[in-house]
This record gives sequence, C-alpha cells and structure tokens, in this order.
Amino acid sequence: MTGERKPVDTETRNEKPSKIVMKAFLKTLPVFAAYEIVGMGFGILMSHNGYGPLWTFACSLFIYAGSMQYVAVDLLAGGASVLTSALMTLMVNARHLFYGISMVGKYGNMGKFRPYLIFGLTDETYSLLCDDADIPAENAGLYCFLVSLFDQSYWVSGSVIGALMAGALPFNSEGIDFSMTALFITVFTEQWLTNKDHRPALSGLLASILCLVLFGESSFLIPAMLFITVLLSVPYAAARKAQPADEDRPGKEAVMNKEEGPEYE
Amino acid sequence: MSNRPHAAILILVIAFVTFLLRFLPFFVFSGKRKIPDYILYLGRVLPYAIMGMLVVYCLRQTSFSDVSLWIPQALAAAVVIGLHVWKRNTILSILGGTVLYMVLVQAVF
Repeated sequence: MTGERKPVDTETRNEKPSKIVMKAFLKTLPVFAAYEIVGMGFGILMSHNGYGPLWTFACSLFIYAGSMQYVAVDLLAGGASVLTSALMTLMVNARHLFYGISMVGKYGNMGKFRPYLIFGLTDETYSLLCDDADIPAENAGLYCFLVSLFDQSYWVSGSVIGALMAGALPFNSEGIDFSMTALFITVFTEQWLTNKDHRPALSGLLASILCLVLFGESSFLIPAMLFITVLLSVPYAAARKAQPADEDRPGKEAVMNKEEGPEYE
Repeated sequence: MSNRPHAAILILVIAFVTFLLRFLPFFVFSGKRKIPDYILYLGRVLPYAIMGMLVVYCLRQTSFSDVSLWIPQALAAAVVIGLHVWKRNTILSILGGTVLYMVLVQAVF
C-alpha cells in the first residue's frame, strides 16, 4: 500500500491530530474489507450455534483473535473443558509471541497507549505497523493506537453485523459451518505454498489424524497437541546436540534459519 | 447448545491466554531477560503444525460409513485447495468452498 510513498512527513515534527487520524484510517483500509467479511462469518457461525450478538460482541471485544475465535465457536458449542480451551489457545496463538518480540522496541515507550497496543496486536495490525516508518516519533503512539483501534472496530462491527444478519439470512444456512473448515484449509494451503519446509505442517496433520484414530473425536485434541510438540522438538534437539560448542545459541542457525515470522491468516 | 456460564468462562480463559501470549514478550523483556530459544523455535514452527491440526479438528466428525457423509467435505475441501492454489485469494477460497458445501448438503446429498 505504501510502496511508492516517500516518507515526506518526517520533517514536520508534530502533526495535527486530524491528519494522524486520516493517515491511520487510510492505512487500515485493506484490513477493513477483510475484517468485516471474516468478522461477519464469525458472527453468523456463532448465531448458527446458538450464541447471539452479545456473545459475538464479547468474543470480538475480549478475545480479538480471528482464527482462535472460529475455534472458540466449536469449543463453546461442544462444551469443551477449560484445560482443552486453554491449551488450544496456547497452541493456536503461539505465533503472537513473535509479534510481541519484534515490537518490544517500538512499543516500549508509548506510555498510556502501550497496554492497548499490545492487546490489539493481531496478525493484520502487526503487518500494518511492523514496518511503518512513515510517521514522526512524536505522534507514533497516537498513530499506532488509532490503527489498532480502527482494526478492532472493523472486527467487532463486522462480527456483530454477521450475528444480527444470521437470523434474517434469505437462504437456508445448513452447511455454513464449513466456512471454518474452509478458512483453515485456506491458511494451510497458503502456508504450504509459501514455506519450503513442510515437516511442521505434515507433523501437525499426521499426528492429529493418528490421535483422532487412537483417542476418538471427543478426546484427541490434548494428545495431539502433546504429540505435535514432541515431534517438533525432535529436530530442535537434534540441531542442539549437533552444536554443543555454541552454548549461547543452541541450534539456532541450524533450526531457526528463517528470519521472518510465520505467514498466517 | 451447552450451558451459558461455562461458555462465559471459556471466553474468559481464551481471552486471558491470548492476552498472556501477547504480553509475555513485553513483560519478559522489560527485565532484560531473554526468551529461551526453544520457546522461540516452537513459536515459529507451531503455526504450521497447528493449522494441520485445526483442519483435522474441523473434519473430526466426518463419517465414512456412507458416501453421502464424506463426499461433500472431500469435494469442498478439494475446491478450497484448488481455488487457493489458482487465485491465492483467501476470501474467494473460503466463499467458494463454503457455498459448494452448502449446495451439496442441501440439494445433492
């Protein structure tokens, strides 16, 4: 979006708030479309499973993590245990550690905006803010805050609109639950296409199928998550063992050879 | 539909763990400590594995006892993959697969 724009504003020290608002708004336009649509899908799914607009609103306000909220619909509807839900969240959202790590410097001195900035660090907001040098330091806090706030307002409004619409859909909604499956297959395919190392993806797929067969549909998740963690730890342990001399960064070069974080929905 | 207080607790738990994951790096780094490489490594590779798990999770109730019970899922999944490889458009892939699945379960099978 900002490919051709030059950082012209770096000389004007303190910009007018209205200009910052406009800048933040324009920046978030691509996310607007995506969040409204995917948010609506979430709201429709919640209603379809018996949870009305208020439940949808609460999820989008407090959880505010797209993929995880889709999983949450299923956890809620199936009456999952607290432990399963917590572990599932830990696994699905583990990538957020990365966003946090790369934003520690940038968000470090943003004062009163900082807590919300950290809370609102979704995949999309991260992608908008991680490389944004287009704003003078004096206004960076407000600007990042507005970008984060706009993004969440799209997500919340989209999902509530979806929840309100669900009751009045002009068609039979049987089968709409597949949207969640389609979302994850899409992300899986995208990751497959962008990443050369397919071992993590295959580990997840095969370990889960095996555990599903062994433990059955209602109790395979926790064994699958444990099994996946063990499978993924094997190459790490092997790489670490191969470089015993390098105490400070065990296995880092061999295993963490990719600098960028994971591509994700 | 399960009971509401439990659902509310689950939402809070999910929100709390998500919040924790987002805050942890800032909290840990403020004390000048380093996040262990192993955790960083897991944070990098887990998303790929977890997507595979979520796909299996979504399809966990698929039964193979009758063709009508698994063909719609299989066809729709194939269309999602095909559309995505072809156009790389997330919204199109999701909509295409979902609409096909709805047509299949409502009108065909």
